[in-house]
Amino acid sequence: MIDLTLILAAGVASGTILLFAAVGEIFAERAGVLNLGVEGMMLIGAVAGFSVAASTGDPWVGLVVAMLGGGLLSLVHAVITIHFRADQVISGLALTFLGTGLARVLGDGLSSAGAVATLPRFTVPVFADIPFMGPVLFREQSVLTYVGLLLVPLAWYWIDRTRPGLHLRAVGERPGAADAQGIGVVRLRYAYVLVGGLLAGLAGATITLAISPGWFGDQTVGGRGWIAIGLVIFAQWSPIRAALGAYLFGAIFRLILDLQGVPTILGVVNPFQAGRSATFFLEMLPYLFVIVVVIIGSREALRRRVGAPAALGIPYVRGERGA
Amino acid sequence: MRRHLSWLTVLMTVALVVGACASPGATTAPSGDASAAPPAPASVAPSEGAASAPPVADCAGSGTQGGADLQIPDVEEGKFNVAMVLIGPHDDGGWSQAHYEGLQYVCENVADSHVAYIELVPEGADSEQVFRSLARKGFDFIIGTSFGYMDPMATVAEEFPDATFLHLTGFKSNGKNFGNFFGAMEDFKYLAGMLAGSRAKADGNPKIGYMATFPIPEEIRLGNAIMRGVKQTCPECTMDIRFINTWHDPVKERDGAASLFDAGAQVVFTGADTPAVADVATEKGKWGVTYDHPVSCHVDACLTAPYWIWGPEYARIAESVKAATYTAGYEYFDADSKAMGLFGFMDGETPQPGAADLPAADLQKIRDTLAKVLAGEFGRFDVFAGPIVDNTGKELLPAGQKLQQSDLDQFPPGAPGAECSVCMYWWNEGITVELPPLS
Repeated sequence: MIDLTLILAAGVASGTILLFAAVGEIFAERAGVLNLGVEGMMLIGAVAGFSVAASTGDPWVGLVVAMLGGGLLSLVHAVITIHFRADQVISGLALTFLGTGLARVLGDGLSSAGAVATLPRFTVPVFADIPFMGPVLFREQSVLTYVGLLLVPLAWYWIDRTRPGLHLRAVGERPGAADAQGIGVVRLRYAYVLVGGLLAGLAGATITLAISPGWFGDQTVGGRGWIAIGLVIFAQWSPIRAALGAYLFGAIFRLILDLQGVPTILGVVNPFQAGRSATFFLEMLPYLFVIVVVIIGSREALRRRVGAPAALGIPYVRGERGA
Repeated sequence: MRRHLSWLTVLMTVALVVGACASPGATTAPSGDASAAPPAPASVAPSEGAASAPPVADCAGSGTQGGADLQIPDVEEGKFNVAMVLIGPHDDGGWSQAHYEGLQYVCENVADSHVAYIELVPEGADSEQVFRSLARKGFDFIIGTSFGYMDPMATVAEEFPDATFLHLTGFKSNGKNFGNFFGAMEDFKYLAGMLAGSRAKADGNPKIGYMATFPIPEEIRLGNAIMRGVKQTCPECTMDIRFINTWHDPVKERDGAASLFDAGAQVVFTGADTPAVADVATEKGKWGVTYDHPVSCHVDACLTAPYWIWGPEYARIAESVKAATYTAGYEYFDADSKAMGLFGFMDGETPQPGAADLPAADLQKIRDTLAKVLAGEFGRFDVFAGPIVDNTGKELLPAGQKLQQSDLDQFPPGAPGAECSVCMYWWNEGITVELPPLS
């Protein structure tokens, strides 16, 4: 009755939203800048992508504008936290409010039910015939799902195996040492916060241009930005683990629904059938998970142990603290 | 460093103020501002005219959004001031848009009226502040359009005896200035069920899906109405159900619809707000039935949409409030009120492609039933007339009897003084999921 292939394929499709947002946040945090405004940037991406696609008729233009919108908003955070060295947590929270408010303004009057062409879906020949993995990853997925699949190894390679990636890590771990080496700490932090914003905008546009065309107010993103932030800590700042986590979360959301149609599991009454209160408990778990990992991420000692960038959340002042 | 800290304080204050004020401040559209007019639904919904006329600019209404902070619209002195509180955006192409258009209708048809709305207001404590502020501003007639506004409205109604409060989809009234109001959408879900049954049978896959929101009496009633309609055209059909536990989440609604289609459903109904079922149906080569507003039924894979036309009913009540003849109570109207429609089958509408090519005998049966519904000869008590057998095989009601109103909208045992005998906590035969025992 429950088809694992279908659940995983759906998980990969909806997990792509979390994947873009989490990988973007990893770039920013590896450079030492915590940006809690992911939800706000995603909302801007979602509304900008849909409204531009609706007015131009071209979802690709919408996609580009969505990324620029998310990027623009992230620069606000960059200026406040890098240039003015303000508290990154507070600025990030403010960014969420700002993004939510702006998205509502921009979305006012956008009919959510407007028929807009979504980005293409297609099956990748040859790859789709790989047993099990083929139908999960390569059958009738949106083009953005494939972009996500390509992004993850590229992000890993960039961060862990290239010279610019080494600089990125240096800026996030030992900005003082990086500065002494002649690496532009401020310049790189600006750049990677921007990358995070571009990808958060892309994550928002994934919802409105690839998954469910339309603008439905704040509920369009519905807290997924926070889940992405939790995923970053859970993934210990690794893009590959973040992608696996994102797909897993997507699959769990779908599994919760599929479980509702199953009367018994191994002869025992299924406690997660349609209408049973235990389904509410299952739906709560991802948010509980976010609370737990954010607590871990906010405790200095625990954070060290899970491998957070050493300078995460600390503004860089040349010559101070000897970082 | 000190210098930077003071800079920081200033900047953060600015960011927070801008963030908090952006939503309500910038969207306050003065009356008559054409930009506040919603997009004309006619551009996406083929040949519909029954639901909405393009709004007169004056009747776009001043609108604000709820949120962390919000701005309450103003009244116009000397006019009959009507305010509406919406759970979603006023242009959501669904539930909230249907109500918003009803508000415009009031403005256009009730003399000397001034209308305003607040959208995206969360249910519960936040909404209580909104209702209180509206009453304090001096609105004469305040409409709340979501289940969770019920208790806040009941509280505020006691504080402001001069204002009249109308609540939709709940079950409370104070008999003075707080009234209850809803309509028998089950009539139209039943008709849509007949259509879906016919479609599933013609396609040779007698399976229906129903994506419900929450396990509450309204959603169970509508699900049973669908199933009873399906049985009229497809006795062998079965129906699978998912609860998504939200009214409004595009990603989740998509997953829920896909879950039902992947489990084998040929036609999937939604009880939620977005057209996700029709979009997923397009990808799967199946059929979806959307809800609330005709614009939601904009793709060929959409069979039909049972929808609301609130205007005339709102105008009727507004007139009675204005004339001080309104009696607050429990008002539940049937489809002969003309406040509902079945997209594709009302005057001036063309059936969707998936409905047009169904067997002529089935279509005739649907049109005949629709005519009886509109004439008031077939209502909710006929949808729920015996014999009613639940999906465990138990006969709940013998032939010749009908459910009572108290049975339609309550879980057992029902409210004190309005106890129900059968109640609405059962699934009709043909539904393949079970309801858990009530604790």
